[in-house]
Amino acid sequence: MTAPGTALAPHRGLSPRERRRIGRGAQYALLVAVVVALACFADWGAIRQSFLNAQVVSDGLPRLFAVALKNTVIFTASGYVVGFALGMLLALMRQSSVAPYRWIAATYIEIFRGVPALVIFLMIGSLPLAFPGFQIPGGVYGQAALGLGLVSAAYMAETFRAGLQAVPKGQMEAARSLGMSHGRAMLSIVVPQAVRVVIPPLTNELVLLFKDSSLVLFLGVTAAQVELAKFGNDQASTFANPTPILASGLTYLLITIPLGYVARRLESRQGGGQ
Amino acid sequence: MSTVEIKNLRKSFGKLEVLKGIDFTVEAGQVVCVIGPSGSGKSTLLRCVNLLERPTSGRVVLDGTEITDPDVDIDAVRRRLGMVFQQFNLFPHLTVLRNVTIAQERVLRRGRAEAERIARENLERVGLGEKADAFPAQLSGGQQQRVAIARALAMNPSLMLFDEPTSALDPELVGDVLGVMRELAGDGMTMMVVTHEMNFAREVADRVVFMDQGVIVEDGPPDQVIAAPRHARTREFLSRVLHPEG
Ligand SMILES: Nc1ncnc2c1ncn2[C@@H]1O[C@H](COP(=O)(O)OP(=O)(O)O)[C@@H](O)[C@H]1O
Ligand SMILES: [Mg+2]
Repeated sequence: MTAPGTALAPHRGLSPRERRRIGRGAQYALLVAVVVALACFADWGAIRQSFLNAQVVSDGLPRLFAVALKNTVIFTASGYVVGFALGMLLALMRQSSVAPYRWIAATYIEIFRGVPALVIFLMIGSLPLAFPGFQIPGGVYGQAALGLGLVSAAYMAETFRAGLQAVPKGQMEAARSLGMSHGRAMLSIVVPQAVRVVIPPLTNELVLLFKDSSLVLFLGVTAAQVELAKFGNDQASTFANPTPILASGLTYLLITIPLGYVARRLESRQGGGQ
Repeated sequence: MSTVEIKNLRKSFGKLEVLKGIDFTVEAGQVVCVIGPSGSGKSTLLRCVNLLERPTSGRVVLDGTEITDPDVDIDAVRRRLGMVFQQFNLFPHLTVLRNVTIAQERVLRRGRAEAERIARENLERVGLGEKADAFPAQLSGGQQQRVAIARALAMNPSLMLFDEPTSALDPELVGDVLGVMRELAGDGMTMMVVTHEMNFAREVADRVVFMDQGVIVEDGPPDQVIAAPRHARTREFLSRVLHPEG
């Protein structure tokens, strides 16, 4: 503990303000040094040739949007629908008065949040090995919807549960005391309020799922079923030039940045909301 | 109008026995005020009457029907009871009008037009006809509580339960809510009111019940229970409520 007198007395060496200014100056100096080093030592010609090859990009561009982006959106959307429905079911099971339902839901959520999504996809891809003749309807599209749905359901279930718990108990009691059944009160009073709470995290989940849809690449897809990541990779080997990988990365950002922005807007609106 | 008979009602939460054998009756058209210190079980008693809490044992008989019978249709019972909560519990995502129509439509199956007509009548009755399109968050606490009363009345209950309806209000807003309740009593509604408003109890109640630690200590007309209490516990409680400074 310093006595108030000493803390307020003028410093003999550098003042705190001077020290802060020197610290900031050092950080700028480091930044400039790194940028200058990169500019001097990087082979700009080679980088431009590899990653900014306009010819390669413009050749691939129509299919990048018409096939790869379209498939990515289909995989994401179908996975999201499955995840939403299954997640809602799991959230309701976690609140069930029948204990085994609660255990099943809790176990599912633990497993699917703890295992990498890639492993889930490898399992789905190997199902025909385990059960010869067994097929998931919809081919790769069905498998993708299942894989992405199974994984996102676990996260969405937790989000839904948090949303339902955020609605005060008095809401259910007021609805019940007006003669509504439990189900009617959930439907008309509790769920509509919970949905407002969960929209921002569910938008974030959509961003995550959009990126995870790249895992479909491990299911083995045809040229018509290809999504952004695999498309970029395939084009890169065709042209022996990695520019398409950069292009596919930028295409992800085209979707994820606006979505992330929307999610943050919704979140801050809620924070300051009524 | 309804009668309620409560017979040897007990309620425990785990090991904690909150109601320890409650007996009393509310006659049709009567207003009964329940008073007592915090934690004495007043809310639990009220919540047992509309089955928001399941009594551990004992019986609640509403107009001759034993509603504590496990085979009774709880939702049908609750349709005859109106409940007003300390925290209002309006539905924040719905307008005032929708707050008052939703249960009419979903529970009583009234059409939209009829439900809105009845809702507006009841909002007029509590003096808030012009607030129909507002959201609850735009109203003062006293206005919200009056909407909650209108919401309950729109279901045509034959018994109204009030759980400290003015305790969450700023003092200057208490009067409007009590005014609405006074009129309701004047119209002959059967009412059970948990309250700390002794003037209201003295003027409006037919009977005052004093509860302490899960039992009814004193039960009688207000002149007796409030003005001339027989039990030391009642006297001690009243002196604290009526003269909080001294
Ligand atoms: N749901 C509950 N679970 C456990 N204890 C409860 C519950 N509700 C009420 N209690 C307890 O019961 C007692 C009486 O509560 P309450 O009926 O709310 O009293 P009052 O309304 O007279 O203040 C208190 O000790 C309270 O903590
Ligand atoms: Mg209480």
